[in-house]
Parts: sequence; C-alpha cells; structure tokens
Amino acid sequence: MTLVIYIAVMAGMTYLIRMIPFAAFRRQIKSRFFRSFLYYVPYAVLTAMTIPAIFYSTGSVETAAVGTAVALALAYFDMPLIVVALAASAAAFAAGFILPFLR
Amino acid sequence: MKSPFSKGLLDGVPIALGYLSVSFGFGILAVRSGLTTLVSVMISATNLTSAGQAAGIAIIAAGGSFFEMALTQLVINLRYGLMSISLSQKLDDTFNTPRRLLVAYGITDEIFAVASAQKGLLTARYMYGLISISTFGWCLGTFLGASAGQFLPASLTNAMGIVLYAMFIAIVIPPAKKSRGVLAVSVTAALCSLLFKYLLPQISGGFAIIFSAVIAAVIGAMVFPTAEEEAEEVKA
Repeated sequence: MTLVIYIAVMAGMTYLIRMIPFAAFRRQIKSRFFRSFLYYVPYAVLTAMTIPAIFYSTGSVETAAVGTAVALALAYFDMPLIVVALAASAAAFAAGFILPFLR
Repeated sequence: MKSPFSKGLLDGVPIALGYLSVSFGFGILAVRSGLTTLVSVMISATNLTSAGQAAGIAIIAAGGSFFEMALTQLVINLRYGLMSISLSQKLDDTFNTPRRLLVAYGITDEIFAVASAQKGLLTARYMYGLISISTFGWCLGTFLGASAGQFLPASLTNAMGIVLYAMFIAIVIPPAKKSRGVLAVSVTAALCSLLFKYLLPQISGGFAIIFSAVIAAVIGAMVFPTAEEEAEEVKA
C-alpha cells in the first residue's frame, strides 16, 4: 500500500510539473534570474545525481571508474547519448574481466 | 501523404531505441532496490522520466518520506516545466485543453528536443505518435531489464547499472564545454553532492540532490546569468 502511495506521489508530482505550465502558460517569464536558474537546473540536478552515485552503480568502484572515464571521454567528443551510455556499460563489463588479471 | 500520427511514430523510433537500453538499466536498478517487475513497469508507465525515477526508487528503497519524494520529483523534474513553457508557444490552434492535458504526460528531454526541432506548429496527433512509441520503448525496456535481471549473469547486470548515469554525463558534458556557466554549475553541484555524501551522511539522498542542485543553480544564475538566446534553447 505504501508503495502505491509512493508511486502516486511520484507520478502525480511529475505530471503536474509538466501539465500546469503546458496548459496554462501563454507568456514568457521575464525575470532574468529565474530564467537563468531554470536553465541551469537540469545540469545541476544531473550532476548531483551522477556524482558520486555513478561509482556505486556497478557493484565495484574500479569497474565503475573505468565506465565513468569512457563516458566522460565519449561525451567530450559529442557522441550521441545512446553511444555514450552503452559504451560506458561495455567498458565497465570488460573491466570486470580484465582488472582481476592486473592485480 | 503521411498522417501526422505516423510521422510522429517514425520520428519517435530513435527515441524509443534509446529509451529501450536506458530503461533496461532502470529495470535492473529497480529490481536491485527490491521492487518487483510489475512495480518497475508501473513506475515507468506513470512517470516516463529517467532521473526522477532513479531518484524515486532510491527514496523508496531508503524508506524516505512522501514529502521528500514529492520535493525531490519537483526539483529533479523542474526542467520539464521549462520545456512545457517553451513547447506551449509552439502548439497549433486545435490544441485545446484536453489535448494539452494528454500531451503534457509525455514531455521528456528527448521528446522535447525532437518536437521543438519541428518546423512550424505542433499538432496533437503528431505528439501522440511521438509519445506513444517512446513510452512503449521505455516500458518494454523496463520490463526486459527488470525480468532479465534474474536470468542474466551478475557481471552483465552490474555493468548495466551504469547506463543511466553515463547518459546523464552525455547530457551535461557537451554544454559544459561551451558554457562557463554550465561548467561552473556542474562542478559546484558535484562538489556539494560529494560534501553531502561523505561529510553530512545524515542528510538523505533525495534532499542532498535537491540542496546541491538548488545551491549550484542559484550560484550559476547569480554569477553567470544566461544570455536570452541561451535560456531559450532549453534542451537538457
């Protein structure tokens, strides 16, 4: 039951954020500060979510670090999202087999 | 002549393929945090958002409060509000309120990006096509990830756990190269997040993300107010 409430809160909030401006907004926001703040929010959120959580995402800090390095490098060269995501995962996977031999 | 709906479906194919693999990673994460396959798919079908869902399952796993859940979703998904404002300027005349209420469900980073790149005004039918195929990919991937978690070797599912985070890196790095503001905001957010994790572990994960993000974005807005054109191009 608690789980259903969690999901309802999650989905309800997410929907309201999308729906209210979409249904109601007809004018542009004027405040430069607020526009700048909104512009930066996605990057701030995504970075805060990624660091340091990414290092705990594969069950091994070492393989995760390899995957992270590959993701950073490919992202730096503007590779598509899907390429970066899959290559990082493949690198972490490969590191899981290779790293034990380097010890 | 292609109907707007099938054009939307077609334009949505790359999004759906991308979602398939990313939500596969989400499915694995969800099962690993103790959720069932059904619940994982329910979350994906009702939320349709990668970052918010990843944070959401972490809060569920940690037994966080509903308030924390609501606030976390608010901050993490605030960007959709900005995208909604932007898209609302691009809707054709037939976009009445019921259609707006329906299409609002499907405003994601990628759908926003494709929709705003369209020439001319957006029709509801086009958006239905774009959103339905993307949602299908998102839910199918979640289902496969959640159920395959039990059959695939641990070495593989462990490695898939990084998929979502790697995608976040791919979203942040390219604009951070071009804009000092984005770079400063990202570095600040990372530092704050590290600080919360290792020095203030009593602050739960959801709030740590909220505080880090708000602090970084406020500093960014004060020190590097964006140019008008930059703020308009809200691809995230």
